Amino acid sequence: MEIKEGIFYTESHEWVKVEDNTAYIGITDFAQDALGEIVFVELPMEGEEFAQKEAIGVIESVKAVSDLYVPVGGEILESNEDLYDAPEELNNAPYESWMIAVDLADESQLDDLMSAEEYENFCKEEEE
Amino acid sequence: MRKEKDLIFEMSKPGRVAFSLPQDELEEIDLTDEIPAKYLRDEDPELPEVSELEAVRHFTELSTRNHGVDSGFYPLGSCTMKYNAKVNEDVARLAGFTATHPLQDEKMVQGNLELLYQMDQMLSEITGMDRFNMQPAAGAHGELTGLMIMKAYHKQNGNEDKNEIIVPDSAHGTNPASASMVGFKVVEVESNKEGLVDLAALKEVVSDKTAGLMLTNPNTVGLFEEDILEIAELIHDEGGLLYYDGANLNPIMGQVRPGDMGFDVIHLNLHKTFGTPHGGGGPGSGPVGVKEELVKYLPKPLVEKDGAEYYFDYDLPDSIGKVRSYYGNFGVVVKAYAYILALGAEGIKQVSEDSVLNANYLKEQLKEHYALAYDRICKHEFVLSGKKQKKNGVKTLDIAKRLLDFGVHPPTIYFPLIVDEALMIEPTETETVETLDQFIETMIQIAREAEEEPEKVQQAPHNTVVGRLDEATAARKPKLRWKSEK
Amino acid sequence: MFPYLPHTQEDRAKLMEGVGITKIDELFTDIPEEVKLDRELDLGQPLSELEIKEKMKELSGKNDNLEEYTSFLGAGVYDHYIPSAIDHILLRSEFYTAYTPYQAETSQGYLQAIFEYQTLICELTGLDVANASMYDGASAIAEAALMSTAVKRRRKEIIISKAVSPESREVLRTYCDAVDLELVEVDYKDGVTDSEQLGELVSEKTAGVIVQNPNFFGQLEDLEEMAEIVHQAGALFTVSADPVSLALLEAPGNLGADIVVGEGQALGNPLNFGGPHLGFLATTKKNMRRIPGRVIGETEDEAGNRGYVMTLQTREQHIRRERATSNICSNQALNALAATVYLTLLGKEGLKEVAKQSAKKAHYAAQKINQLEDYEIVFNGPFFKEFAVKAHKSVEEINEELLTDNIIGGYDLESDYADLENGMLLAFTEKRTKAEIDQLVAQLEGVK
Repeated sequence: MEIKEGIFYTESHEWVKVEDNTAYIGITDFAQDALGEIVFVELPMEGEEFAQKEAIGVIESVKAVSDLYVPVGGEILESNEDLYDAPEELNNAPYESWMIAVDLADESQLDDLMSAEEYENFCKEEEE
Repeated sequence: MRKEKDLIFEMSKPGRVAFSLPQDELEEIDLTDEIPAKYLRDEDPELPEVSELEAVRHFTELSTRNHGVDSGFYPLGSCTMKYNAKVNEDVARLAGFTATHPLQDEKMVQGNLELLYQMDQMLSEITGMDRFNMQPAAGAHGELTGLMIMKAYHKQNGNEDKNEIIVPDSAHGTNPASASMVGFKVVEVESNKEGLVDLAALKEVVSDKTAGLMLTNPNTVGLFEEDILEIAELIHDEGGLLYYDGANLNPIMGQVRPGDMGFDVIHLNLHKTFGTPHGGGGPGSGPVGVKEELVKYLPKPLVEKDGAEYYFDYDLPDSIGKVRSYYGNFGVVVKAYAYILALGAEGIKQVSEDSVLNANYLKEQLKEHYALAYDRICKHEFVLSGKKQKKNGVKTLDIAKRLLDFGVHPPTIYFPLIVDEALMIEPTETETVETLDQFIETMIQIAREAEEEPEKVQQAPHNTVVGRLDEATAARKPKLRWKSEK
Repeated sequence: MFPYLPHTQEDRAKLMEGVGITKIDELFTDIPEEVKLDRELDLGQPLSELEIKEKMKELSGKNDNLEEYTSFLGAGVYDHYIPSAIDHILLRSEFYTAYTPYQAETSQGYLQAIFEYQTLICELTGLDVANASMYDGASAIAEAALMSTAVKRRRKEIIISKAVSPESREVLRTYCDAVDLELVEVDYKDGVTDSEQLGELVSEKTAGVIVQNPNFFGQLEDLEEMAEIVHQAGALFTVSADPVSLALLEAPGNLGADIVVGEGQALGNPLNFGGPHLGFLATTKKNMRRIPGRVIGETEDEAGNRGYVMTLQTREQHIRRERATSNICSNQALNALAATVYLTLLGKEGLKEVAKQSAKKAHYAAQKINQLEDYEIVFNGPFFKEFAVKAHKSVEEINEELLTDNIIGGYDLESDYADLENGMLLAFTEKRTKAEIDQLVAQLEGVK
């Protein structure tokens, strides 16, 4: 299982990568493996605003469905619409396939997230 | 074994017909004079054009590509795939039933009303409830109806803030789905290590907001909820109602009655417990029964008797209304009625005993070879876990697919959710010792294969008309209909 | 001994030994003593197969069935001819003794048949996606309403025409009450939905608008006009259609309907006192993932063989639980199979012929009845196979007279529509002959 250095992680298995003031959010390798073959995603509309940890989208595999929670609050700048046609990219390359871009409203919310190392330990515990 | 089958549309040839209708006696009438062109169709629908024999062969071949109870063992947990008696098919096809119109005058359909009336009485006797209505078309529809009744009851008693329905985490998916459809908030309660509702956890979630608890008993892991009287008291003390999901009634008929255990509302699955065929996914029938104080909320109409005459009572001002047109899946009720006649009190009790005996026998013989989720006396079904086999890379799905090679319909898999790699097995009472032994042998062979030659199991099925199908592509790029190439 | 219970005493002994018990009672010690049933159920003695047949013959014989009468009763359930081949297929027990096709490889027959059914429904309705069936036409309407509110989130109002079958409106009312949706009824004018009033009622609160075509009075609605009104308000437009009529009438999907539902009984299913029948539900590709119930899709196995599976399952209750698009699990698969076989046998020409003959017979009857002094055709618009007649006496009285001549008359409209006093709804199928219609007309004339 791959965990990438230099980005943030959540307990619900999202990753967050911050560039300037934009937070790109996707799901981790652990998450895509647990879900299995992903067949459909539902993402929020550009311009919608969400508070931290709100459910903003849905990820569906053949026999499971999971909510996408936004790890940091703010306005949706963009949803990755390529995923509508090719949801399998979330399986193939989870860290390249960002799902939404959020205008980071409160940088301190990043403090609630885990580092790569912390996330690795968290996953180990989950597996047990 | 692999063999594709043409779609009926691909066999179509303009000019072929499979119908014969009387000559048009009214050639003088031209419909285009009567119906303006804007209402009429520009282009005909692409219906098939085949001969009668081609049509019959097509569907006959399709039937051979299908497994039913009559084809072989079908231990699909929670579905009670028992034998469907043939006499029931015959009597339900009597013209005196099939050729009656739901809007005929009551005086012309006294036989139908009598049957519905008696069915109500028989189901009430079996379950310990006071009154049944046959309108719901299936189990989930019965749940929806029962929950509407519960909502109406609380509303009329001024308890609209009772808006939570408690559902065990082992429950059928229809339970939370039905509850939330009716606008209840679903509160999940955990099962304990024994596979039963955790009383301590239940105490924590029960409150003055509790509208009711939905319970399957025996539950979906096949265990009888021993604490049922305590559970009932807990819910009733808070003014809540107890809902009985009748999917698993089969193993307790004649032993104990939901009404006596404290349940207030119940639905039955006539297509499970009462031997009516499942039809490939329906039609079922999901009668709803209630205790006296809830009778006034039942869907309308109810059948009543005045002297020797039966009639429909629509004068039920507190009724939740109709949940389906007319009187439900009447033709299914006819079959279930005939089933009960065939067994009588003695047979009904024998059904429950044999179904429990068969399940426990399989459980005891298989628990050496597969992990058993809960090692104790079960009722009509039990749950194995494929976790031993998973260590060799053989998943429960693989085991299920391998069973197909032996002509067995696999058990319910990956349900209930509380058991990892679950295989839920319900043999039913209609299977012989020989069939059970054969199944045990097959399961043992698969367990051995999982150790010695896992690929064989992982690549199964080998003997079916198609191999394992790509469900991911089906869901990603849905192709849900055939389309003409022209 | 019972024919459905195979165990001999010896078998039971072997099984008990295998379980490690000596008495059957040991299997039931988990049931609390105080509630255990301590008596035999009051269900009577078991009956033999012969006795069951006699008893059921006796019960069914207490009914007067339509094979013994000439019937003009419809109002949603129709006595169309059912070809013999259908029941022979339905009695293939690999079909009727199966359950939901959870294991695709051993259910290809049913899955393919339902895939064909979905295609047929799409062809008839002019839409892209159909599900594998609903309980009946009325609950399909209710599901369409729920689906509309799921698509149009935050909109909590459903508008339905009073020219939709009263039975369906009652069912919809029950659902709306239970899920706290506001249900508004729009009046009819000259026998069709009052589109002007519809325009006034529909708003940004409206999730969906539901009409029926041909409507309950048999009249044809102007769907295109209404679709425009509904869409302008941003709501979804649902049409409940008689599937037989769709051989002749323009597909609602081509006229702007977002959802088309209907009662599928007329497609090869017996009257059966109202059930089991089937509801159908189709929608546009755009709303595909909001559709309730089971859907079958085409795919391939690893060797490239074409096959069929249940798909888009994450919408359904067994996965999404409390957030499923609907709670439906069992549907009416065998009735959908009957519809599939029916549409295959009738085919392109046959269904058209059934529709035409039914409509012609209705029009012939209307012309004749219109000439009678004591009767008048209530609505003047175009109609399909049913129409409303206003009589000089109550429908109850007239029907009683007709019955003496072995005729089952029409549906009493006054019971649902106070303004249609002495109104009778007459239905015609291809089964009625010209002579039978002439007889009906003569009898009506004779009622004084």
